[in-house]
Amino acid sequence: MMLVAFGSLITQLLHVALMLAAAPVIVGAVRWLKARLMGRRGPHPLQPWRDLLKLLRKRPVLAETASVVSRVAPYLALGATTLAAALVPSFAQGMWLAPLADLVLIGGLLALARVALALNGHDAGTPFGGMGAAREMTFAVFAEPALLVCVMVFAVLAGGSNLDAIGAALRDGALGLRVSLLFAGLALVAVMLAENARIPVDNPATHLELTMVHEAMLLEASGRHLAVWEMQAALKLTLWFALLAAIFLPFGTAPAGSGPLAWAAGLGLWGLKMGLLALGLAFFESAIAKMRVFRVPDFLGGALLLALLAAALIFVSTGLA
Amino acid sequence: MLTLLGLCFLALLGLAVWGGSGRAPRAMFLGCAACMAGLGLVGGAALTGLGLPATPLPIGPPWAPSLIAVDALSGWFLLILALVGLPAALFAAASPAPPRAEGAAFPLFLAGMAGVLVAADGFSMLLGFEAMSLASWGLIAARHPRGPGRRTARLYLGFAIFSGLCLIAGFALLAPAGLSFAAIRAAPPEGWRAGVVLMLVLLGAGSKMGLAPFHVWLPLAHPAAATPASALMSGAMVKVALYVMLRMLLDLSGPAQPLWWGLPLVAAGAATALIGGLRANLEQDIKAALACSTLENMGLMVIGIGLALVFRGADLRPLAALALAAVLLHALNHAGFKALLFLCAGAVASLAGSRDPDRLGGLIHRMPWVAGCALLGAASAAALPPFSGFASEWLLLQSLIQGWRVAEMSVQLLAAATLAVAGMAIGLAAAAMVRFAGLVFLGRPRTPMAAGARDATGLMRAALLVPAVASAALAILAAPVLALGGGAIAVLLGPNARAPVAGFDLALGEVGARYAPWAVAGLLALATVLILLAVKNRSKHEPVRGPAWDCGFLPPPAHLPFGDPLSQVSAAGLGQPIRRSLGAVALTLSERHGAAPPGSPQPATLRVEAEDRGFSHVLQPLRRLRQALSREAEALRNLTLRAYLSISFGTLVLLLALVAWLERE
Repeated sequence: MMLVAFGSLITQLLHVALMLAAAPVIVGAVRWLKARLMGRRGPHPLQPWRDLLKLLRKRPVLAETASVVSRVAPYLALGATTLAAALVPSFAQGMWLAPLADLVLIGGLLALARVALALNGHDAGTPFGGMGAAREMTFAVFAEPALLVCVMVFAVLAGGSNLDAIGAALRDGALGLRVSLLFAGLALVAVMLAENARIPVDNPATHLELTMVHEAMLLEASGRHLAVWEMQAALKLTLWFALLAAIFLPFGTAPAGSGPLAWAAGLGLWGLKMGLLALGLAFFESAIAKMRVFRVPDFLGGALLLALLAAALIFVSTGLA
Repeated sequence: MLTLLGLCFLALLGLAVWGGSGRAPRAMFLGCAACMAGLGLVGGAALTGLGLPATPLPIGPPWAPSLIAVDALSGWFLLILALVGLPAALFAAASPAPPRAEGAAFPLFLAGMAGVLVAADGFSMLLGFEAMSLASWGLIAARHPRGPGRRTARLYLGFAIFSGLCLIAGFALLAPAGLSFAAIRAAPPEGWRAGVVLMLVLLGAGSKMGLAPFHVWLPLAHPAAATPASALMSGAMVKVALYVMLRMLLDLSGPAQPLWWGLPLVAAGAATALIGGLRANLEQDIKAALACSTLENMGLMVIGIGLALVFRGADLRPLAALALAAVLLHALNHAGFKALLFLCAGAVASLAGSRDPDRLGGLIHRMPWVAGCALLGAASAAALPPFSGFASEWLLLQSLIQGWRVAEMSVQLLAAATLAVAGMAIGLAAAAMVRFAGLVFLGRPRTPMAAGARDATGLMRAALLVPAVASAALAILAAPVLALGGGAIAVLLGPNARAPVAGFDLALGEVGARYAPWAVAGLLALATVLILLAVKNRSKHEPVRGPAWDCGFLPPPAHLPFGDPLSQVSAAGLGQPIRRSLGAVALTLSERHGAAPPGSPQPATLRVEAEDRGFSHVLQPLRRLRQALSREAEALRNLTLRAYLSISFGTLVLLLALVAWLERE
């Protein structure tokens, strides 16, 4: 009993360290893959790590109009994202915090980070920051219900909204392939794109302030504050990849109470899954153009409808069974 | 118990007379605060099992004495009333002396609300309800002798009379055996009578809490009163209506009502939540935006009541207890953070001179106490973990997610759709709170008044700190507090119903979902501090201050200290993405673009007009109906004597026939 508890604590700590270490690498990998797909050489996948370390060495400049919010918000946002990331399993299930790993709570923690970011956008009193904050909060109005309805679909399959239990139920394979899972998966991918400010919702590499959403709120951040914000964005992308992997690609994850060998196998497979998702994102972003800001609600509304369709299908199928 | 209760009521009535005299209003309001603390004690005692059984009073209507009782449900709502009433009375004591009518109406308003909560017969409850409505109308009318505020007061009075009439009719249907609650419980309504009671309660209590489509008065009336009264109306009065709805639908109507009873409540609640959340993002007045957020929260609570009725009808008692726990906890949390937010808005209005966000900004530098309290309230209202609103909305979302356990497909589909709408409403609330905090407290001041604002001090600061501390405590101690309210759930669902609590966690037994607020708060603080230390360890430079980069825009010249007013986002601009994407759901919108002619230095204009669909789709048809009826009545004046006589005779015959038919029944 003690041994199991100790093992779960170890997996938890390893998991958090892994997520933090992997986050910038995954962002770097997506950038590198995109560059290769577009025929460029692209920066090394470790480049985001180097950028972060460089930013940490620089002296931050705060706007004269900025308040304590600009100094606290980045740490709070990264803290909330880290806690959310600690709840999403990577290489092993049954981690120390698994009983807390409720999908609604994970959504709430991401909302906390989002609100911290939006307040940061407001803080200096510049036009683009406020505009970005308004758009970010509007997108969340459409993304959150889609996420919640997807949670309902998983809850029908697994009984509740605990991510660990959902992952275990789906890994055992007793549920088989379902059309409703496909629809829910598509909806979650759309939510992931919006939450992480990816194309077609936002362009992570844009230099035109008018089209910015996520970057517009960071225009006044510099030095270590910018480094923390960049890390937060990277960790959020990693979290979403891990979430998609935990639900839709659960095979190979070390089950609760297993030993280091199973962890190593789970780790290898997790790296493979992350690589696959990064490749998929790079392909998708290379193939599609960014959409106008006011078409994004249509895009996310479509995701919400897909999620509702998934829920309806699963009600029909469980009603017949 | 009875003594304390009686003393509080007598003191409130005495204070009303004192307030009417207009002497020493500060001491009068402090007396109200003391009464609220006393009522809170009574409520807390009732929750720990020291309730008051039904006790006849020496006064009452001619046919029977009035009854009062304090069970756990009453106790829970007395606690809510105290949580709003205490800081509101403190804030009123810290404000300039009000008009005399307001001084008289304020204690009466409190007494009316408390009267509804402790009544144990229909007559006393209706009496308290009407006193509450009338006193709150007085609070609005006292501030607005004429002008649009007066029209608002009249609109409010109209809705108050409507809801009173519906509730009177509802009690008339409930009580063929007698008006005391015990008699009603002994003979619960059945068949068509039960259906009509449901409709009347939905109309009566629903219009008092701003349930769609009878919500149009609320965003107008709540902000029209003085700040403490606004806080009471938005934080406590709507909860009293919620109490009436819970009492009449879940308690008095008996446990045998069918599953479909919950469906109209779920639908109306979802519509209200969406409309309220939307409008909270579009209002120009901060108090009106907060009133719209009240609509959103009441919508969520009514969804919860509807779900509890559905689960009870489907014989899923633990889930019914879950939904009801969500309602009760959210009512308490909402009372805390809405009182806090309204009082912060009032402090801003009195110390920075405006309620229009386009005349405020950057107040966090000038009023750090108010800003800190407002940010706490906004985080709670935005349902962010680990703040208080999240715990109760987590319970509500969980009960919606569990909606699939009802075996009827139509209910499952409704639960999924409602989950989507509730999620949207919660997202809209978060957007509204970011807009509120960002416009008022962050950024640069937009006017000299805002730049020269002072912070709240003394009694006003204390009035803000009471609900702030309560909200923070509710955030961490959600589960023990809810366990304390378990008695209220047992009142409504039977003695076996239990609150979904395990120790300090909110937990759904067999489902395995769990939310531990203390753990989330602790881990969040730990993660944030560790990151802060780690980053500071590698990066030792203290930040320097410089002009905002602002994408290369120059800082404003010295003679324009507030900068170019267009270079900071405005209230309308912040609401624009939501208005463009969702506004048409709740509002009829018309936009007029006035482009400047080529070469002209005139600025281009954009004029947006918005009207709530409640006005165009509910009130205007009603007005047309009234006009048509009065035209018909006018036509009666020109009849001949013979026609009059035949009308009288015909009426008499009809009435006699009716009596004969009723006798035969």
